[in-house]
Amino acid sequence: MQYTAGTSVAGAARVEGVKYDEDIVKMFLIASVTWAVVGLLVGVIIALQLAWWPANLGLPWTTFGRLRPLHTNAVIFAFGGNIVFTGMYHSMQRLLKTRMWSDTLSRIHFWGWQLIIVSAAVTLPLGLTQAKEYAELIWPIDIAITLIWVVMAVNFFGTLAIRKVEHLYVAIWFYMSFVLVIAVLHITNSMAMPATLTRSYPVYAGLTDALVQWWYGHNAVGFFLTTPFLGLMYYYLPRISGRPVFSYRLSIIHFWALVFLYIWAGPHHLLYSALPEWAQTLGMIFSVMLIAPSWGGMLNGLLTLRGAWDRVRTDPILKFLVVAVSFYGMSTFEGPMMSIRAVNLLSHYTNWTIGHVHSGALGWNGMISFAMIYWLVPELWKRPLAHPTWPTAHFWLATIGIVLYTVSMWAAGLTEGLMWRAFDDSGLLKYPNFVDIVNQLHPFYWLRLVGGLMFLTGAIMMAINVFQTISRPSSSTAAAA
Amino acid sequence: MSDQTPQSGYAAAHRTLEGKSALFAVLTTVVILIGGIVEIIPMFSATAGPEHLAGVTPYTPLEQAGRDIYTSEGCYVCHSQMIRPTRAEVLRYGEWTRAGEYEYDHPFQLGSRRMGPDLQRVGGKYPDAWHFEHMRDPRSTSPGSVMPPYTWLHEGTYDVADIQASLRALQKVGVPYTDEEIANAPQAIQAQAQEITARLAQAGITTQPDRKIVALIAYLQRLGKDGKAAIAAQQAAQAAVPPGATP
Repeated sequence: MQYTAGTSVAGAARVEGVKYDEDIVKMFLIASVTWAVVGLLVGVIIALQLAWWPANLGLPWTTFGRLRPLHTNAVIFAFGGNIVFTGMYHSMQRLLKTRMWSDTLSRIHFWGWQLIIVSAAVTLPLGLTQAKEYAELIWPIDIAITLIWVVMAVNFFGTLAIRKVEHLYVAIWFYMSFVLVIAVLHITNSMAMPATLTRSYPVYAGLTDALVQWWYGHNAVGFFLTTPFLGLMYYYLPRISGRPVFSYRLSIIHFWALVFLYIWAGPHHLLYSALPEWAQTLGMIFSVMLIAPSWGGMLNGLLTLRGAWDRVRTDPILKFLVVAVSFYGMSTFEGPMMSIRAVNLLSHYTNWTIGHVHSGALGWNGMISFAMIYWLVPELWKRPLAHPTWPTAHFWLATIGIVLYTVSMWAAGLTEGLMWRAFDDSGLLKYPNFVDIVNQLHPFYWLRLVGGLMFLTGAIMMAINVFQTISRPSSSTAAAA
Repeated sequence: MSDQTPQSGYAAAHRTLEGKSALFAVLTTVVILIGGIVEIIPMFSATAGPEHLAGVTPYTPLEQAGRDIYTSEGCYVCHSQMIRPTRAEVLRYGEWTRAGEYEYDHPFQLGSRRMGPDLQRVGGKYPDAWHFEHMRDPRSTSPGSVMPPYTWLHEGTYDVADIQASLRALQKVGVPYTDEEIANAPQAIQAQAQEITARLAQAGITTQPDRKIVALIAYLQRLGKDGKAAIAAQQAAQAAVPPGATP
């Protein structure tokens, strides 16, 4: 037997007597599409607030400081989380040739996760926060996340235990690292002493708190936005393109190297800070090394498409996949580069970081999610898309949107980074007034807003397309009626 | 596909591992714990961890209340509290930050983005009245600023019992507040708040001592001040030691 996607992944063929739980996949998919629109909309609103401050509306709960965490939590944990769970529940059952271990746990996971998202959407605008980036949610919600995560993990390992295939396919390795590592990160970083029902203080102080937070924060990127999405890539890319995974050996090497190296990279968020030198150096070295396993994954993805390139020209789903994997490669080149101290001295604290994050989040996570959604909806609901031509339009809107977004943020980041440290002939600061530098950024902020709006428009088109497709009667019921 | 079922070498070993999901999970966990342990555990050691800075003191109850407002409003989203040791930053913001200055910061507020300027040494840089007006209308003090107004801080009030609950929690995570200090917090808050309202009154601003803006001003006006004094004291002590002498 070949260890190839062609055999392991092509498992649309069902094992006798196994009925997959398709409803849970549909539920997570609908949630993901919905939260994508919400999260991106909040992103566009806060982009407008930077270009035009009156958009803060003069209300406490709509200020940038409160909405920005809402945006990041919504896109990462609501949109990103739900699409990962969609893909996990869909692909795991097929890869392991079994239904999920417990339908009840699947549903507790689904509703618990949505409830956590809703409680985040209520508490963050109210100013209830732990003020640690990507870990803002207050301690009762943190406990809820832990419980729901355990429910999900029990179901995950339960399903592995009842699997009908012997060997775990590479996608499952990546899902497993996600399930395990996020638990470790979340629990360690959230250790706090409650003062009231809505306020708590981390047990760590100062730079130790900062190191733990960025160990968590960077690995939220590593194990929430990278490894599970690589798992999705290893299932859906071969499945959609009909091509076997390029190299099994490469997948082994880059998996273990990635999970080992990623966890060290956090301190690159604290370069030139008062964090002890040894920790900064470790963070920089491991971040630079990360390029190797990251590009291993990218190459394994792109080379899987060999022989299918002619179809990329016509198939919008393959277009999304190619651009997704390419942006993964691009942002995993940019990240290590920005972790070099000399580069970081310029890029840190600037919009360059914002551009970097979005080339990864919009380009990699967003595009691969859209590909999955467009492929899964006709599969799951057994009917063609209501608007079969819209995905191509969505693709171009999203791609051009990302380019406008990242280019404007690079330009803004370089502008402010260079102006902050510019000296005049007498050796004094050339632009001592901070606001003068802020005012140089407005054209870039407006351009970014245009890019963000294009990306949001594409996502809204997708949502309309999905909801119109699934609300139609299916072809079989139509025939029966 | 070039990869047939591997017969030998690491790929064959890995193929066996793929059949043992529990072992796979354990190995994955071990592999990711290494980096975390090596980086985090030494931070709790006195030699490898952040260097202590004598003279840095915990926040007063009113300052801590102001800090809670700072975190609640998400000020850290746009303002850093970390001056890097470069000439440009020191010229713009003041003395670069030392590790020990954060000793009592739960949570840390280093920030990651400077939409606005760094605030590490903002304490004492402007009068209280400047902050009062700046929060009411940022463009009245900083023309061209993109910061939103925070008028609700001028109307909203802080809760003294709430601050005491915070101090107790902070005491449990290691901030050296005494039980007496926590018990006497209402008086300390009252005294410090009245100093601020008195200074504001001198600038022609009337407000009540129980307003959130007063607590926030108390916090902002103390940012980086004790650290700066402690750094100066440390440098003076080092300069007093003759060259070549072992202290």
